[in-house]
Amino acid sequence: MDIFNWIVSAQGEGFFSATMRLAVPLLLAAVGAIYAERSGAINVGIEGMMLSSALSAALVAADTGSPTLGLLAGVVTGIAVAALLAVFTVLLPADPVVVGIALNLLAVGGTTFVFRIFSNQVGTTTTTPGIDAEPIPLLESIPILGPLLFDQSYLVYIALIGVVITWVVLKFTSWGLLLRAAGEHPAAADSLGLSVNRTRFVALLVSGAFAGLGGAFLSLVASTQFVENMTAGRGYIAMAILILGHRSPWGVLLASLLFGLGDAFQLRAQLDNTGVPFQFLLMIPYVLTIVTLAVFGRRLIDPAALGTHFRRGHR
Amino acid sequence: MAISPLEPARAAPGSTTGPILQMDKSTVRFGEVVANDRVSFDLAPGEIHALLGENGAGKTTLMRVLAGLIQPDEGQVFVRGEARSFESVADSVAAGIGMVHQHFMLVPTLTVAENVSLGLRSAGRLFPNTARVGRELRALADKHGLSLDPSARVSDLSIGQQQRVEIVKALYRGATILILDEPTAVLTPGETDSLLAMLRSLTEQGTSVVFISHKLREIRAVADRVTVLRHGQTVGTWALDSVADAELTSAMIGRDAAPTVSSRLAPTTSVAPVPRLAVERVGARDRRGHAVLDSVSLSVAPGEILGIAGVDGNGQTELAEILSGVRRPSAGEVRLDGANITAATVAERIGHGLAHVPEDRQRTGLILDLSIAENLAMETVGTAMFSRRGSLNRAAVRAHAEDIISRFDIRCSGPDQRVRDLSGGNQQKVLIARAVSRAPSALVVSQPTRGVDLGAVENIHRQILDLAAQGCAVILISTELDEILALSDRIAVLYSGTIISTYDRATVDLGTLGMNMTGQSV
Amino acid sequence: MRVIVGTDIASIPIAIIIALVIGGVLIALSGVNPFEAYGALLQGAFGTPQHLADTLIEATPLALIGVGIALCFRAGVFNVGAEGQFLLGGMAAAITGNLLSTAPAIATLLAMAIAAVLAGAAWAAIAALLKVYLGASETLTTIMLTYVATYLVSYLLNGPARDPATPIAQTQPLTTSGLLPGLWPGTTLHVGIVIALIVAVAAHYFLRRRVGGFQIVATGLNPVAARSAGLPVRRILISVFLTSGALAGLAGFIQVSGVQGKMIVNLSPGYGYTAIVVALLGRSTPLGAFLAALFFGALSAGGASMETSVGVPASVVTIVQYLTVLLVIAYTAARTLRRPSRVADEEE
Repeated sequence: MDIFNWIVSAQGEGFFSATMRLAVPLLLAAVGAIYAERSGAINVGIEGMMLSSALSAALVAADTGSPTLGLLAGVVTGIAVAALLAVFTVLLPADPVVVGIALNLLAVGGTTFVFRIFSNQVGTTTTTPGIDAEPIPLLESIPILGPLLFDQSYLVYIALIGVVITWVVLKFTSWGLLLRAAGEHPAAADSLGLSVNRTRFVALLVSGAFAGLGGAFLSLVASTQFVENMTAGRGYIAMAILILGHRSPWGVLLASLLFGLGDAFQLRAQLDNTGVPFQFLLMIPYVLTIVTLAVFGRRLIDPAALGTHFRRGHR
Repeated sequence: MAISPLEPARAAPGSTTGPILQMDKSTVRFGEVVANDRVSFDLAPGEIHALLGENGAGKTTLMRVLAGLIQPDEGQVFVRGEARSFESVADSVAAGIGMVHQHFMLVPTLTVAENVSLGLRSAGRLFPNTARVGRELRALADKHGLSLDPSARVSDLSIGQQQRVEIVKALYRGATILILDEPTAVLTPGETDSLLAMLRSLTEQGTSVVFISHKLREIRAVADRVTVLRHGQTVGTWALDSVADAELTSAMIGRDAAPTVSSRLAPTTSVAPVPRLAVERVGARDRRGHAVLDSVSLSVAPGEILGIAGVDGNGQTELAEILSGVRRPSAGEVRLDGANITAATVAERIGHGLAHVPEDRQRTGLILDLSIAENLAMETVGTAMFSRRGSLNRAAVRAHAEDIISRFDIRCSGPDQRVRDLSGGNQQKVLIARAVSRAPSALVVSQPTRGVDLGAVENIHRQILDLAAQGCAVILISTELDEILALSDRIAVLYSGTIISTYDRATVDLGTLGMNMTGQSV
Repeated sequence: MRVIVGTDIASIPIAIIIALVIGGVLIALSGVNPFEAYGALLQGAFGTPQHLADTLIEATPLALIGVGIALCFRAGVFNVGAEGQFLLGGMAAAITGNLLSTAPAIATLLAMAIAAVLAGAAWAAIAALLKVYLGASETLTTIMLTYVATYLVSYLLNGPARDPATPIAQTQPLTTSGLLPGLWPGTTLHVGIVIALIVAVAAHYFLRRRVGGFQIVATGLNPVAARSAGLPVRRILISVFLTSGALAGLAGFIQVSGVQGKMIVNLSPGYGYTAIVVALLGRSTPLGAFLAALFFGALSAGGASMETSVGVPASVVTIVQYLTVLLVIAYTAARTLRRPSRVADEEE
């Protein structure tokens, strides 16, 4: 069969490998956001966290020569930006959407500024040391699954392990119970002497750490350089993936792969010279997001207390 | 007034015979408002002690002090004779106090066992053993003769079952003192009876109970002693077998009890050719697509008050929304004076003389950050009354409000005061006045007196009765059976989205109504 | 939405000062004396008639878009996608202008403005309808639509709408009949700022004096109660969103007709985004947004000048702008938290 031949061909392998590569930053960001949203805190700042982390990861990796240190820098940056968001929206009752958007826009200006100061360049960094793919022998030659899973950088495995861990945390741990209680009925958690706001604060930090990994992936794995505004809306797309994936780890994994597939498809189509102007192909991920929001915007039941500010002694 | 309250007894420290819980001159201030002013009472072991008071008397504040949710500015709490200060909920739980809040503190998406395991160290620090907690819960429930399914999701349980979960949860966490805040407010008469029986059996096994309520009938049925609160102060404590209802009522409201609401006279126009307002076989579905109303038919004549009784969550909200035009029914028709208005918008219905008082004044009724005047003008702001060719006449809006404020006795600083800064009763008066002052031909009113003080209740009931006397057709939706009985000409019982029975007020019997409210036809 | 309307005015100057100090530290970190840099910024914003004109020219799109976003905030919706609506407005204006190049100036300008307004409103309508009828978050859809609009404009400027005379992605230059008249001889200032002022005053009047304005405010404060009182909430939300898109489109027209003289890929340095903080700093009031636009316009114009004269990246100005607004939000939110709770709440 033609389709089978294509799947096992070099082209097919490249396609599935690209699918995963494009899906992982979205997956990381969206999995992190599960923690935030299940606890009742909206993280609209993912875009800014990813962008800041992409820069810090690239700068540290270039400076130290160690991509792993770069990765760590990315995580720390993500957590720092998340802490700022948490101060505004968990400790203070500021609107999470407004503050999230403002932080994202601040991140655009901030990264541009820092980047120019440190690199004395405009636009992109010189190549940074990246994280290479580490194919797993034998497994890498399985059709579809091989290129999708077993010929990737270790950050991809971290992302997949993150999905499993998130599932375990939410379903089986006492912190997971507390998280869900804070998102569904914060007063109930409060009445048992549990701190809703501390839970949400930590959940946002976890979300920031994941977004940091996602940002670092962009500048260390997906490409080996920082480009101004290189996140290109991925933080917002991750929020749509969260909705499509019903805020569950496995759902988010599938939704991320779907978006990765869409992105890989448009890249493939650009290379194949289909006659469709490339601008229309580039629109595909964004249009896919809009369609997702239109179809699933109202279907899903949000956590009951999502986006509300909790103040002790108030209902 | 011949009121001779008991003197509170003070236990010696470490004493086993003295009160198990004692509150001594506890004072709580919010800004300039004193919510609790030197409140004192004591609870004997194995006693059911009732706290009686109107809305705003300070009962909830007192309860929150005992729960460790707020700290008193002055005064002390003694447990088994020892002074204790509750800095946190954990302190309160450690002292053996278990709260059953009026709004249940159960996470609906979690199971019973998960809810009980929440934040419980003994269930396992990292991975709670919900299976073990479930087994122990079941054993505990069996010991008290209660049935309980630990693996059920809380959202699948009835209100009565959820309350049982709350009580067992408190006992499981080691409570020997149970504090129940208005526990019967959400229950049917049948469920109330079984709750009261359960409480008596718990006290026989050594548990002590503080029973907060404003319903004298229930207090009399279950409690040993009663402490009355008024305006944040303790009026006194009485043994129930030595005090008359009238004494307690006057202690609660601060004056001799007036007959609350005059009973309804027979409707003036009992035979009308066409009902003023009617629904025919209407249905409604929730977001998940489940039927919440199924083929409901009702009609009300001019001058008639039709009461819709039933426990919360049986389709009342949806029925009110369909009548007012906020929600489109999934099936059936709405008729006003015989004309089909199913497709009419809220504004069109208002134009046709239909008025609506939503059930939740703060969420669906009023816009709290606008002024009294603006809220009063809201529904008719586009009419010639308040505007000309789209231009708002603020002077007219204000003048209208001044008139309404004096006519409806709304206590406020003026028409420009924000509604948020009014008391619950005065907020409700604004909402009722907005509907009633238009002299509507039909009125749909939901929970008109929920959470308001007795003075406002009388005022509001008077407005509804006067409106009906002028020929308005009224549909009164209320979970307060007393209110339904006091105002209605006919009573329909809504259960699980269907009308299970309809009665003339003259022939209705409380027991039958109560059974209907739990879905049993007689 | 929480804490958008009703910002405390007293906090604004304090926030500006703190943000400027932080900006100064960043400038110092980049190796430039901050006083020198801010001196260059002031000079660039107000130093000469042309510099003052630059400030007003920068303020014009910010004010127009900011007023629209402020109206949205008042109704309780968030238009994050004005950037895309602005670009499409500019695109529509340029195409229309080139089609009518021989018509009289007044007709050409009117036609261009109408085309731009329609394009901006149409783009906003997608998000508005998806929000009202399907429940899709307008925050996310408007951002996504901006990316789509950017690529659409890129396609048009590289393809069907490109000026065949140049290799650059831009339209043919407009003829004089398609250019906005000047306002201040000797400078490049055009009449756009007057249009923006008129729009701001009209919006102010509308909110205060018209039934429609009252209904917008009521809807924003509590849409559920507004709907149950018979207000046409869906229609209100769609109208403010379309108005906001229309104003962004109008700003695009003014930028094309008054500044560039043609449509280019980089028509906007982020006006649609900066206008969000303009609306926030202006406490979601039209006149406040206009004043905030003047302030941000001065910062932007001065910042560009500062970059060329002392070599500090102009993005430091962006940082100061967003910091100012975040500080104001923090201050207002903290005040809300300190307000003592009412007993009525306690006893409910």
